[in-house]
Amino acid sequence: MAFANPNITAYAVEATEFPDLARRYQITGVPKTIVNEEIEILGALPQDAFVEQALIQFTNNNSQLTK
Amino acid sequence: MALLTPGDQQKLREAFAEMARPVRLLFFTRTLDCETCVTTRQILDELPPLSDKISIDEINVVLDGEKSQQYRIDRAPAIAIVGQDDAGLERDSRIRFLGAPAGYEFISLVQAVLLVGGRQSGLTDESRARLAAVDKPIVMQVFTTPT
Repeated sequence: MAFANPNITAYAVEATEFPDLARRYQITGVPKTIVNEEIEILGALPQDAFVEQALIQFTNNNSQLTK
Repeated sequence: MALLTPGDQQKLREAFAEMARPVRLLFFTRTLDCETCVTTRQILDELPPLSDKISIDEINVVLDGEKSQQYRIDRAPAIAIVGQDDAGLERDSRIRFLGAPAGYEFISLVQAVLLVGGRQSGLTDESRARLAAVDKPIVMQVFTTPT
């Protein structure tokens, strides 16, 4: 996804090596994805569902802007 | 001592042979308080002998704060994957790994190298279209554990 758009940056974080990050984002199971500090995606989703979830904040912001 | 078996090395060599473009792995490290930095370097050192398209550069996050900031990496070990565009100019893939790429993460790293090296991403046309519409910064952090 990062490769598809220069506005997107993707980090793969090894949770046990960075316990402070794991605590901050309340990582109790993996994989868990945090998007822009807010959106949480638990587990591995099918691609369309994952993209949907990852962009949900963006989609909502846009719809608010166009109202 | 090689971490990969000769069989794995051969499989990787064949996969990397498909790469159309060179890939540079920026390895962010520090001398003190980094238990897995040495392991990470050892893992990364396995790759360049398998492909002349893969290279590694080491950046010390303590001594080279400017570069670390440029790639938005403030921890070690970390890896940033840098590719090239069609004109041969460097292009940051904005794909990062924090922590040693051991276990399944090694496979993710190899996949990322292949992607940046020119392989198709596997995104559907629909996903691609939705992602293309993103015009604000999005930072995604995928947490994993070594298995």
